[in-house]
Amino acid sequence: MAKLKDHLGRPVVAVTGIGVVTSLGIGKADNWAALTAGKSGIHPITRFPIDQLNTRISGTVDFLPSSSKGASALTYELAETAAREAVTEAGIDLENFGGPLFLASPPVELDWHDRLALYKGGDQPDASRRVLEVARGLNSPDMFDSAQFGTIADRLSDAFGTTGLPITLSTACASGATAIQLGVEAIRRGECDRALSVGADGSATAEALIRFSLLSALSTSNDNPEKASKPFSKDRDGFVLAEGSAALVLESLESALARGATVLGILRGCGEKADDFHRTRSKPDGSPAIAAVKAALADAGLSEDEIDYINAHGTSTPENDKMEHLSLSTVFGERISQIPISSNKSMIGHTLSAAGAIEAAFSLMTMREGVIPPTINYDNPDPAIALDVVPNKKREAKVGTVLSNSFGFGGQNTCLVMAREPV
Amino acid sequence: MKSYDVVITGIGLVSSLGEGPDAHWQKLTATGTRPVLDVERFAPYTVHPLPEIDWNLQIVKRGDQRQMETWQRLGTYVAGLALDDAGIKTDEALCSTMDMVVAAGGGERDVAVDNDILAASESRADFDILLNEKLTTELRPTLFLAQLSNLLAGNISIVHKVTGSSRTFMGEEGAGVAAVETAAARVRSGQSTHMLVGGAFQTEHPDMLLGYELGAYLHRGVWKPVWQRTGSEGGGVVSGSGGAFLVLESREHAEKRGARIYAGLGPVRSGRARRKRGELSSTIETLLKAANLPQGPLLALSGASGGHAATSAEKTAMDAHAGLAARGFGTLTGHMKEAQFPFAVALAALAVHNKASYPVFDAASERNFDGIPEQVLATAVGYHQFEGLALVSAA
Repeated sequence: MAKLKDHLGRPVVAVTGIGVVTSLGIGKADNWAALTAGKSGIHPITRFPIDQLNTRISGTVDFLPSSSKGASALTYELAETAAREAVTEAGIDLENFGGPLFLASPPVELDWHDRLALYKGGDQPDASRRVLEVARGLNSPDMFDSAQFGTIADRLSDAFGTTGLPITLSTACASGATAIQLGVEAIRRGECDRALSVGADGSATAEALIRFSLLSALSTSNDNPEKASKPFSKDRDGFVLAEGSAALVLESLESALARGATVLGILRGCGEKADDFHRTRSKPDGSPAIAAVKAALADAGLSEDEIDYINAHGTSTPENDKMEHLSLSTVFGERISQIPISSNKSMIGHTLSAAGAIEAAFSLMTMREGVIPPTINYDNPDPAIALDVVPNKKREAKVGTVLSNSFGFGGQNTCLVMAREPV
Repeated sequence: MKSYDVVITGIGLVSSLGEGPDAHWQKLTATGTRPVLDVERFAPYTVHPLPEIDWNLQIVKRGDQRQMETWQRLGTYVAGLALDDAGIKTDEALCSTMDMVVAAGGGERDVAVDNDILAASESRADFDILLNEKLTTELRPTLFLAQLSNLLAGNISIVHKVTGSSRTFMGEEGAGVAAVETAAARVRSGQSTHMLVGGAFQTEHPDMLLGYELGAYLHRGVWKPVWQRTGSEGGGVVSGSGGAFLVLESREHAEKRGARIYAGLGPVRSGRARRKRGELSSTIETLLKAANLPQGPLLALSGASGGHAATSAEKTAMDAHAGLAARGFGTLTGHMKEAQFPFAVALAALAVHNKASYPVFDAASERNFDGIPEQVLATAVGYHQFEGLALVSAA
């Protein structure tokens, strides 16, 4: 009989449903097949013209009906699609979820094409005044909704019948992990028996790409898109902007067992630590990331030698991969070179607000399937980063526990520890 | 599980009325305080502008100030005021273990670049290519960071060294409600001993007005108190620049370090009415019931925005409770969106702490309140969606 309370007397949190969309496809089956085959979802950009752009490749999701309808519409559809798969798998009424919603999604902005349409709709000489005047005359619910930060969660709440005030959050590239953490905490506090945690990001617009490009964060390996994301390689030159979503149905183990649900994994622990060093760079000694990993292990009640596999943040930027290696070596010591660690981003790129959730979903599948997805494009190992990155080919392995890292701009560091089975 | 008492030990406030809890208490309890209005800069819209602020007082490094636009500077400044007020700001051990939830929208875009692109579009048929040309050459690389929602929290970490944890909630007034609710729940459950929670809104930018006006929510024409805008031109909301941060602690933690306690933070309740189905009134009623309101007269700091449907529903619900004496502080500060609910909670705590009520802000619409407020209600009913309230009690 599994223990229903954890080492700190809190309810054990199980995962009973998983949904995923990435540039590799819709749903767990397609994604897992591609991921374990070492297939890349990175491709030339076709959504908008690439004239003048230094980076002309991405991992956009181009195959959904909303793919050409702007960031808000696509982010909603990504979230809804993943949530539908997860709630269906959990065997919960699709219209009456019966627990709160935690959504990680990108900050919203009025789409440039809408701004242009407003401008074209009037003739007052001052552009700002004109846009305001036309906007109020038009009073378009769609345009209004697309620029409200709470809209996507509100619509998801309507669609799935989640309870109470939904929380939309941003911790930059750690957002997806934070959404899961908030769900775990709500269950542990006894506020609910189940929670729906979703990370979704469909915000790969030209402006988003240009912004990251101006910060020198993106790979410019345009000629060979599938090879562009190369975490832990010596010649890594930035991340690849990408889109996607994942949803987890989190449930107290007690509630999951009571209703006879299949337990897909356990959310053992969450840890976080903010960095006060710089807006985009990490403290050189890696201490905040180290603290986040240690906090997650402590929260999970596991020691360093009880982690079987690490799902890396592994963005493929020179800075991140170096810092991640430094912090992991500090926590795990000599053993770090023996722990398999791979980066899903080598295949799907960096899905920003969704990344933590997508990588948690893939971590859970790694344990269930007993297969570790590879780090592809590992052709020129960085000698300064001595890790077993599961290079280029998947590996069969018995994986009982996973550490998944998420780090983001603004000093965000969030780590999750997951386990295959309850204790 | 053990449950901890949640108390408020620090308050940081900025609005058009001034800065700090004392200045706000003085202004808001004086009779005949008039709102500070700017009716010209964004005409036909009225805004409550920021007061003059010496950023150096809370953001010492000029380099840090340069990395932010006004919204992030404002939030970072107000957070600093709250930390100072709680006696935590210079305590490195307390700051480095402090957890933070910030309610945020987005930062300011570069108006000059945007308008330049729009002007250039007059003579170009290839707008998307024009966009690439202009954005790649005219955007300041670091402006992106000043726009990112979570970088207000990021700047608070950098400037004030608050590094326990950092989370940013988005979603207009609801973000402020959820931030306070989550922060309180963390302290109550023992997940956190001390927390920084709040937000800021900088309305003096065309896009910040546009966010409302895409839904025709802004009031136009002659300014009126928040409860009296029905039937006026426009949608009823008059926005204001400002911010509110609170330091929440467990009573044990606060007492152990000898902190001054303003008030206890009682139940915090949130809701999501499906307003298109007409659920708003019943949701507000449900929230009021869930807050276990005391019998008899009760002062209520209402974050009403003036938005016609939402404010009218809130007024009706409050009027139905004979003892409720509402104070629509938006009359004097304007609507501060994500910061509105933390602001309401802060003003409620000040009334409890000072053992005195606020006079009516609108004699035609608000009831008198006599006596010492032992408990005070704080509300925020979003202009478009999401609702919440909290009960604040004598320490």
